[in-house]
Amino acid sequence: MSRNIYWCAAVAALLGNPLNTFAADDADLQSIRDQIQQLKQSSEQSNLQLEQRLQQAEKDAAQAQAAAQQPVRSSAGPSNVNSFNPAVAMILSGTYGQLRQDPAIPATGFAMNANNTGYTRGFSLQESELSISANIDPEFSGVGTFSLAPEGGISVENGFVQSSALGNGLNLKFGRFFSGLGYLNEQHSHVWDFVDQPLVYRVLWDNQIADDGLQLKWLAPTDIFVEIGGELGRGLGFPGTNQNKNGAGSGVLFAHIGDDIGIEQSWRAGVSLHETRRVDAVSVAVPDLLNTAGGVSNSFSGDSQTTGLDFVWKYSHNGNIRERYLKVQSEYFRRKENGLLTYDFTAQGVSPPGANTPGSYSVTQSGWYLQSVYQFMPTWRTGLRYDRLDSGTASVGASIAANVISNYAFNPSRLTWMVDYNPSEFSRIRLQLARDDSRQRLAENQMFLQYIMSLGAHGAHQY
Amino acid sequence: MNKLFYTMGLIVLAIVSAPAFAALNVFACEPEWAALTQQLAGNQASIYTATGALQDPHQVQARPSLIAKARSANLLVCTGAELEIGWMPVVLRESGNSAIQPGSSGNFEAAQYVAMLEVPTRLDRAEGDVHAAGNPHIQTDPRNFLPIAEALSQRLIQLDPANTAYYQQQLATFNQQWRAAIAKWEKQAAPLKGVPVIAHHKGFPYLNDWLGLKEVAELEPKPGMEPSAAYLGRVLNELQQHPAKMVIRAAYQNERPSEWIAERAHIPAVMLPFTVGGTPQATDLFTMFDDTIQRLLAGLK
Repeated sequence: MSRNIYWCAAVAALLGNPLNTFAADDADLQSIRDQIQQLKQSSEQSNLQLEQRLQQAEKDAAQAQAAAQQPVRSSAGPSNVNSFNPAVAMILSGTYGQLRQDPAIPATGFAMNANNTGYTRGFSLQESELSISANIDPEFSGVGTFSLAPEGGISVENGFVQSSALGNGLNLKFGRFFSGLGYLNEQHSHVWDFVDQPLVYRVLWDNQIADDGLQLKWLAPTDIFVEIGGELGRGLGFPGTNQNKNGAGSGVLFAHIGDDIGIEQSWRAGVSLHETRRVDAVSVAVPDLLNTAGGVSNSFSGDSQTTGLDFVWKYSHNGNIRERYLKVQSEYFRRKENGLLTYDFTAQGVSPPGANTPGSYSVTQSGWYLQSVYQFMPTWRTGLRYDRLDSGTASVGASIAANVISNYAFNPSRLTWMVDYNPSEFSRIRLQLARDDSRQRLAENQMFLQYIMSLGAHGAHQY
Repeated sequence: MNKLFYTMGLIVLAIVSAPAFAALNVFACEPEWAALTQQLAGNQASIYTATGALQDPHQVQARPSLIAKARSANLLVCTGAELEIGWMPVVLRESGNSAIQPGSSGNFEAAQYVAMLEVPTRLDRAEGDVHAAGNPHIQTDPRNFLPIAEALSQRLIQLDPANTAYYQQQLATFNQQWRAAIAKWEKQAAPLKGVPVIAHHKGFPYLNDWLGLKEVAELEPKPGMEPSAAYLGRVLNELQQHPAKMVIRAAYQNERPSEWIAERAHIPAVMLPFTVGGTPQATDLFTMFDDTIQRLLAGLK
């Protein structure tokens, strides 16, 4: 625009002096051309300066505006009774299972253990998990996790209060919580690397042991991670028997140690001890030496002591888990039970011989798994797991020795492969194939499809 | 025998008293805050850096080592603004250290002291991994370090009042050097003004705001989502209407998407340090910006 004005002025100046123009010779013409050129150049320079000033003015205005907006951020907003709302998250998950055998059939030799596989044939909604957490006050924080069963009903999966206000590396937790034993036990089902838990967790801990009680952990003030913890509980979760009594029904001790190796590797190892006294623990459909159709119902009372070892190692190139990582983990548990077993306690009278009479019973069961998960590219992971159980050889009292199977001579095992796709941190779709040989003469191939979606608050994950 | 006891006693004494040389144990969430703390606290602090420049700071695991280091920290220096939301809450909870919990004087969040950009008006996960408090990558604008340094220095003084004079001196030196450096960088970076660029992740709004780079597209369809081949194709198409001079990414980000675009659009792919240690040249805060500007200028040629 301003350039045109200069041009007009130049033309007007020439027009305003027509006589000179007519009289002009070549030299004059050249000088006029030079003048015009100069005018043109100076106009361009002025234009440039004007543009720069305009840009500066715009920038200043923007900065002034930004400065004017800044205090708004810190000023008090409208008051709102909800502003202290806790973090709410919900997990939705479902599976499709293709299984030849009924999943209710227990692993051979473990009919007196927990046998909830957590999966079914066909389409099914898995439990939906609603989790609400917040700081309660400067001293305490609380978490409530409610499990909504697909068939209806709601149960409190976790409901605990935690305090690190004690300082000195002490951490206190009370309420209902997943025990700190082992490695997988504290992890919620939506972060499991497979559709189901390892067999050893299924039969020894009913997939995951939670108890009502309290936990105290102490973290040593060392450069490497050394943590010891203890729990006292009601004895609610399997193998506990939820008794009506004062005092503690179960106790747990655990220790963890861990560190990094450079920036690429990290590891954690642990030992655990769990003890409980089982009272009238009832098992149904237990096979016996008489081959009773449908099995019999047994009742056990005695001491249960479980020891465990766990180890996990993770590797990622440059420590950048976003791109690729490898995780290898393994756990081993061994349970010793010693007490009195009442064989076929629902029988009327004492037939067959041994029925409804207690006899001494002690057995050592054990199991382990080794698994590895590899994220081979962002959003895609694959994993392989091998499981094995040993039902042990029971020493059975003479009164019931003719009825109770002491040695199944079969080691349940399973090989599982999975691949999952994670479009974001909040969604996961998984395919799992397994060769399940956990039930004698009932080996089968299993296929699962699963989705796990999380809505709401961004939860922080444990190691 | 006595000699042996004496030697052992000395060793034990050395181990026990080793941490006492530094007044403060600092747990820095990202390398840039470790570097800033180093500038401001000098030898008064022993600093542990929780993440490396080649790690995505959104995705870090609450490793046992982090929990152990947080246990003995007097001061936590983090970005905040939800950058560390996926791991820091677990580290804090498991540390059993009441001095560094949120709200206490041992918990310092740098994002609280700068004007945040890209504060979302709509909070919806359909928009990808957005942060309610605004874009947390505040360390790419050197001007942000001035208010943060001021606040961090005050925090150091609050925690370690015996060394007040030292911290004040350090801050004054830093401010002076930093202001001079900013002036130098701005002069060097003048040709970058208005240059259109593509970014891998929305990690550079503060850098763009400072240098006047114009970000015309991102390679991630939504923040935090992986760039897909189909989406990269769309970006390439759009580039024909809105050409860019270069495609920039942080050191920790995968080079393949930006190199794919660079090759087809015939523009350079420029890797920026993003934080201290991101490139061999970026050894401290000063060289981090030196190198950032050198790499951008090289991309322009």
